[in-house]
Amino acid sequence: MDTRDSPEQAELRRGARRLAAELGPATVAELDDEARALRLAGAVRDAGWLELRDADGSSGGPLASGVDTTILADGLAGAVADVAFAGPTLAADLARRAGAARDDRAGVAYGPDLLGVAVVEETVTTERFEVVDLPVDGSAQAFVLVRKDDGYRLAAVAVDDPEPGGRRATDLTRTTGSVRPGAAVVEIPEQRGLTEDDLTAWAALGLALTSADLVGVMRGVLDLSVAYATDRKQYGVPVGSFQAVQHLLAEARCLLEGSISATLYAGWAVDELAPDEARAAGRVAKAYGARAARTVCETAVQVHGGIGNTWECMVHVFLRRALLSTEWFGDDGAQLERLARERLGVPMLGVPMLGVPGVTDGLP
Amino acid sequence: MDFRDSPEEAEFRSRLRSWLADHNPGLPASSTDDEYWARQAEWHTALYDAGFFGLSWPTRFGGHDLPSVFDVILDDELAAAGAPPRPSLGYLVQGITTHGSDAIQERFLPGLISGQERWCQGFSEPDAGSDLASLRTTATRDGGEYVVDGHKVWTSYSDVADWCFLLARTDPGVAKHKGLSAFALPMDQPGVEQRPLRMINGVTNEFGQVVFDGARVAAENMIGEPGEGWRVAMTIVSHEREPGELGYVARYAKSVKEMERAVGADPGAFRPDQRAQVAWAHVQTEMLRLHVRRRLSERLDGVEHGPGGSIDKLLMTWVEQSVGAAALSVSGARAVLDPDDVALKTYLYSRAQSVMGGTSQIQKNIIATRILGLPTE
Repeated sequence: MDTRDSPEQAELRRGARRLAAELGPATVAELDDEARALRLAGAVRDAGWLELRDADGSSGGPLASGVDTTILADGLAGAVADVAFAGPTLAADLARRAGAARDDRAGVAYGPDLLGVAVVEETVTTERFEVVDLPVDGSAQAFVLVRKDDGYRLAAVAVDDPEPGGRRATDLTRTTGSVRPGAAVVEIPEQRGLTEDDLTAWAALGLALTSADLVGVMRGVLDLSVAYATDRKQYGVPVGSFQAVQHLLAEARCLLEGSISATLYAGWAVDELAPDEARAAGRVAKAYGARAARTVCETAVQVHGGIGNTWECMVHVFLRRALLSTEWFGDDGAQLERLARERLGVPMLGVPMLGVPGVTDGLP
Repeated sequence: MDFRDSPEEAEFRSRLRSWLADHNPGLPASSTDDEYWARQAEWHTALYDAGFFGLSWPTRFGGHDLPSVFDVILDDELAAAGAPPRPSLGYLVQGITTHGSDAIQERFLPGLISGQERWCQGFSEPDAGSDLASLRTTATRDGGEYVVDGHKVWTSYSDVADWCFLLARTDPGVAKHKGLSAFALPMDQPGVEQRPLRMINGVTNEFGQVVFDGARVAAENMIGEPGEGWRVAMTIVSHEREPGELGYVARYAKSVKEMERAVGADPGAFRPDQRAQVAWAHVQTEMLRLHVRRRLSERLDGVEHGPGGSIDKLLMTWVEQSVGAAALSVSGARAVLDPDDVALKTYLYSRAQSVMGGTSQIQKNIIATRILGLPTE
């Protein structure tokens, strides 16, 4: 038992942080700098970071571990890097589990509540689906699942969006798209399909990646807030010298540390534990991290005072990113509900578990 | 990064698990019952004799020289078996090994670790709580001895202790942090009077207060140099704040397991918000279990006596108080009607966690200034 980074993992962590700091948006205005965003996307692609969950030719397993992907998610989110990472990684992982060929222009379509991959019964969808974290050069299509008697088949639908390259709704650093009701569903050829276990393990990766993203957001926004509290003077002294402010930031640091510990395990569990255990580890990390991230980001807004409530202040970019990562694969309430059901054997009658019919989060 | 047991760790775990199957004393939760405190010594001895205590401490003093992560395995298995947590005295061991001379270490560590000699910690005083350095208990040199006068409070296990890890003022003429020294003072002598404190949940055997009136301690029993007392105390409290040193995760996991059993037996009798509170207590406890793994893994790079323990102490406090709140919620009206209900005691005891070992507010001061580097006023 040794939870420390291996030398390779430590190098990956440094690399992700360095790249995000160098090419991520330093100011809100820089979010509109398309040349910078393209350089960032190119650097992430050239580093091979979007292929980590592709099949290793010999074993069929992924090229890199769940831990490696969470290290990158954390590193990129720390500087609110506006580059697609978790979305394409989850698409690649789903395709690998189905034994399908790689498609680097594909995203994953989720139900309107973002709890899990969209499932269709027929060849035509009747719901509107959402695609989160589209590849930056525009996703032509997104994966959905077609339910069969013996499991699921991977299929593709066209992403239909009013704006080229998707839209940025709440989160200003990741693009979302939508799939229109009635879109044609085309089964991917030459695949072995997916089982419930495959989907459970895939959901574990989704929970680990979104938890790691929240860790990065907390890390980045806390650094900003400590710097601001040190710099900003009132009554002739830095506001960070007041205990009332210090205690808020100290609590935030603790929440960050607890989230790191839970998320390390969730990332490791993806490839090392049975699917249901890995998903349970992901639920713990997500439930803790979502509550923590909300508190840490709200603390950051407060510590920045009036400026923290303006569009020009970077803090809301972190908060917005945390909100999307929280909802993606389910917020803390959703995780607690499921943990209660899974651990206590409590039937959740009367509690909407899946949000809408035809959407699964990998639960039978 | 690997959370899995190595072959040696797996062998240890399986040996421990089979031992526990036959030797779980089935004591009540430590936080809620005098019976636990009365029988804690037996449990300490049983763990020690079977080779499951003092895992990361030096072999020559009765330990096993194993990496700290073996303590994680011990805590895991104690929790899984519903056994009592390991006795919490790692912080005294850290204090003695860091500051004590070879002679002090050889004299005191074997008895402390084996449980043959029991210890209490004489730090806090009625007028010196958070401001520990202002303590007024004096130790005055008299030939080969020091004479001790003063009043200590919140002294865990003072009723059964053979030795007191005493912090006293040896030099009133210098700044308050600089005039303190630490001693191993024998409790069985005429100048020491021990009185139990009855705590908020009714338990009387855990904490006491101790009055020293001309008590005597040999000069050679000083731990560290004259005037080194503050540094000794800071080493101890920094470890007293670490859940990895305390083994409390096993206690929380045991409480959560009991709640899950109660709710799982008749789920329909509980509201969704009660089930969510139990799930949250589980999430918090799991987080702390994993956090301790991370912290003890970091010790493979060497043990630090730094401010990081303050972060761990706050996390642990939030966990304990979440578990206490969930217990109260699940018990509902029974907690306030049935005097034997354990939930109320668990909840009441949990409130002390944000005070003992340094208040949460003191921890936040430490984190803010020493970890975040925020300026002081």
